[in-house]
Amino acid sequence: MAGPTYIADDLYELVTVPLDGLSLVYHEPSGATHIVAPPAPEILEALMEGPADATELLRRLHARYEFDGDEVIHVRLGELEEAGLVRRA
Amino acid sequence: MRHRLDIQIGPVAFRIGSAWKAPLDALGRLYAAYPKPADGLADFTVRLEPEKPWRRWLRPSVAIKGDYILPDAAPLALAHGLLAAEMGMNLQMALGQKNYLLLHAATVEKDGRVLIMTGESGAGKSTLAALLGERGWRLMGDEFGLLDMDTGALMPFPRAVSLKNGAIRVMEAEVGADRFGPRLEDTPKGAIRHMRPNDRAIAGMGQGGMPSLLLFPRFGPAEAVRGVGKAEIFMRLTQASTNYVSLGRRGFDALARLVETVPALAIDYPDTDTAVGLVEAFWRERAA
Repeated sequence: MAGPTYIADDLYELVTVPLDGLSLVYHEPSGATHIVAPPAPEILEALMEGPADATELLRRLHARYEFDGDEVIHVRLGELEEAGLVRRA
Repeated sequence: MRHRLDIQIGPVAFRIGSAWKAPLDALGRLYAAYPKPADGLADFTVRLEPEKPWRRWLRPSVAIKGDYILPDAAPLALAHGLLAAEMGMNLQMALGQKNYLLLHAATVEKDGRVLIMTGESGAGKSTLAALLGERGWRLMGDEFGLLDMDTGALMPFPRAVSLKNGAIRVMEAEVGADRFGPRLEDTPKGAIRHMRPNDRAIAGMGQGGMPSLLLFPRFGPAEAVRGVGKAEIFMRLTQASTNYVSLGRRGFDALARLVETVPALAIDYPDTDTAVGLVEAFWRERAA
């Protein structure tokens, strides 16, 4: 799987507030607010451990959550990248 | 400016200058009971100027100017000068207010707790707030809710209530004639008549309160009540705020806290008495 390595901003720059199954994410550097659905908040949290490619990210997600989104991880990462919440290392 | 009026409304001090006397006389009558700014300083300045120099005399038309302006704001006929002053005050708040998160919402208080009503123009929140303000609640404001980002409290902004079309008759049946401004016909929003909030609202303009319930009222064919998901509430409130984006992290934290802690309902109502009944019933349940 591998592919590019992704980075997310740390806790101080990316503030997440869970609300009724969805999450608000405030991105300090851009000042933008996002409303995201699972597994986006989980991916962001897993990336806060440090940069990771998709394989490493899935390992972290499996270790933390009952994660079953292996097939869509690239799609979700692409969406988060487009939103400016993750970037390539 | 040739004519000037200073008014304190809640925590905000306005200075309104005008090339004409008439709009300020009308505004002065409407705000006769309001205090002057304590330190004589204005937070916002509104200027009513002729659109062109000769337009002070010839087919007079009023351009709204101030610290913050919308370049494409259309001038109004001088007969609507009072409306121009009111719109100018709203505009300065909407574009310039940095001390509070501004919610386009009506707010009323009872037992020290605040009900917030927000919705699109025409949803009836002004009328509902004005009506509750005459029936045992304290009117805090019909246009802007000011959210104190440090404490989470709502602060009052009880400017004159802007009643439109059918709402004018509803309030004329409720309130004495001395509290109304002139009826303005054929404005861009139809007929408009301003109503001065009652003495209790004006006397309490320094007194905020913690929010307890959030309603999204909508004037509709049949009575209906729905829950609203918190993420949707958050989104609707960012849309209802004129300065959310410019406040950055402080605005986000304050709004997230409001949404996390305050329950919300959407209501449809066929007439204002039904709406008042629903509000009272929710309030009793909330207190129980």
